[in-house]
Amino acid sequence: MASIPLFSGYDAVILAFQFLESFAFIALAAVGLAIIFGMMGVINLAHGEFILVGAYGTALSFHAGLPLPLAMVVGVTVTTIFGIIVERTIVKHLYDRLLDSMVATWGLALALSQLLLIVFGSSINSIGMPMGSVSVGPFSRSIYQSAFLPFATLVLMGGLYVLFTRTTFGVKAKATIEDPETARAMGVDTDRMYLATFALGSATAGLAGALFAPTLGSIQPDHGSLFLVEAFVAVVVGGPSVILGTLSAAGVLGLTSGIFTFFYDTFAGRMALLVVAIFALRALPDGITGYVEDLRQKRREQA
Amino acid sequence: MSQSTKPFGTLRSIGGRIRAPFEGPNTTGNSTAFWVVFLGAVGFLMMYPQMVNPLVLGDTTRYFALGFLALSLCLVWGFGGILSFGQVAFFGVAGYAWGIISINFASATGMTLGIVGAVFIGTLFSFILGYFMFYGGVRDVYVTIITLVSALVLHTFMAQTAGSQWVIGSARLGGFNGMHSEHFELGIGSTGIVFGGTSPDPILRYYYFVVALLIVTYLALRVLVNSSFGMTMVAIREDEDRTATFGYNVPFVKLVIFTIGGALASLGGVLYTAWGSYISPSVFAITFAALPVVWVSIGGRESLIGVVGATVAIEWMQDSLAGTGSEWAMVIVGGLLVFVILVMPAGVAPQIERAGKWLLEKLPPHSDQQAGEPTSKQTRGDD
Repeated sequence: MASIPLFSGYDAVILAFQFLESFAFIALAAVGLAIIFGMMGVINLAHGEFILVGAYGTALSFHAGLPLPLAMVVGVTVTTIFGIIVERTIVKHLYDRLLDSMVATWGLALALSQLLLIVFGSSINSIGMPMGSVSVGPFSRSIYQSAFLPFATLVLMGGLYVLFTRTTFGVKAKATIEDPETARAMGVDTDRMYLATFALGSATAGLAGALFAPTLGSIQPDHGSLFLVEAFVAVVVGGPSVILGTLSAAGVLGLTSGIFTFFYDTFAGRMALLVVAIFALRALPDGITGYVEDLRQKRREQA
Repeated sequence: MSQSTKPFGTLRSIGGRIRAPFEGPNTTGNSTAFWVVFLGAVGFLMMYPQMVNPLVLGDTTRYFALGFLALSLCLVWGFGGILSFGQVAFFGVAGYAWGIISINFASATGMTLGIVGAVFIGTLFSFILGYFMFYGGVRDVYVTIITLVSALVLHTFMAQTAGSQWVIGSARLGGFNGMHSEHFELGIGSTGIVFGGTSPDPILRYYYFVVALLIVTYLALRVLVNSSFGMTMVAIREDEDRTATFGYNVPFVKLVIFTIGGALASLGGVLYTAWGSYISPSVFAITFAALPVVWVSIGGRESLIGVVGATVAIEWMQDSLAGTGSEWAMVIVGGLLVFVILVMPAGVAPQIERAGKWLLEKLPPHSDQQAGEPTSKQTRGDD
């Protein structure tokens, strides 16, 4: 070991993997929250528990004997249905009360994680990590975590991009966000659009949970707050644009967390991520994409 | 009404003059009935230790110490319109600071000055964070997020201080296991009085100490929110931009509110740490950070007495349920929070006040005694 220099080629590869893992984790955790916040202006503080519902659905059906991909589908379906129920009973009444919607969904989060504890106990068994691992010099990384998840993240973002820009759903959803009155006058059922958007956000949260399930080890009911914080921070750092915002925030935060985790430890990585988020919010109150939008606006005015 | 009883009328006007600074549009309970019930409740709190065993009294003291945390969020959110999820950060910083001081200066003088020092440190932290946010133009939901993230940074940091290198003087921070402070003493030189601990007498003294501080704080806050500064606060809560147009220095006012809130939370943190001679990183965790929001939302964010009542009621409910081995406390608390936001967004206190007013109108106007009845429900939660 003594012959390895301070920063070898292996280290660069490991650092790159570390970054990809953090990036995928943050982006997946955040995107569902970003859809609901960016499109509807509601911050769902039960988002961490939504992800957890997806993870529980996946793990329980996997242990019941389903193959992993099918179990993941079950996880996503359960979370989507759950999201629809929450929208109809709680969130629906709070669309123009941002702070109240935060507080109410926080109440939901507290109740939900405790309910998971009561029903399923303090943890459920882990799912083995699929796809094996690759060794880089003295280190070994899981292929699923370091390569498949980042890839899945990009595919998901691409899919969402197409959905929002190339389909009638996307156009109607955007119209509803921009100007609900006019959208209604043009025959868009805005109430249904809100429900559909919330369901979409829930489904992506469920997908995140399903994809995370094998990486978590034993799945515990208090994991929700872990997802929530990363997601929350990424959404506000990213700013109003759902896809670009999530990607850029996950890039910046993933890099910070990856570097500090690599050179110090996971505690330092997490703290660096949070501290960077605080300063980013102070410097760019509208997030990265809000700042870019601002710059573009100014340039247009000058031209 | 007062024609027939002239001396009683003078008494009333004196009472009115004493009451005046405590009353105004920004507080509930500006009636004689309220003050009668309030004095009754204070009397009850003085008698309360005679009615229960020291263990229950100790728990009650803890609820009241947490009441400061509730009051701090009530001021910042209910009157200043700043939703902070990070009041626990100041609470915890001051708690740790007091613990460290008490271990390093384990004398009555050291600990008495330690209260001042720890509250100062917590307050300074809130001032710096507030300056950073409000003079940087951070608003609304972003303030909420920065405050929450600040608490979580502290949680992450304190959780990893288990190693022997994390020592301040002779105080070991202790990581997840937390830090044990000395038993609380108040005094100067060798004339210290011990508060807290496990024997009945110090528990009793500590109870009176906390209750007296809480009552004084409550009354002082009533004066504050009904003062002209309080009016400015409420104006900013209602419409920040318009208040700025009138020439008010909005960032400054917000900073002052936030700093006072930080001081209150700090005081709560010191009292809480001194109560159990113990503090751990869990005070910075997201589940603990949620509690002040729960108390204040349910109690009624614009009612100082309502939030203290809700704190005591909810913490008592949690303790009682935990005592029976039930795990349902958090489910009930979370469910209650959702229910209150959906059904009565202003919280429980305004509902009780409305019910009280309705009953007052129903009753014949002369009987003050009976008029006090309905509002006594409100204070019963505080006991």
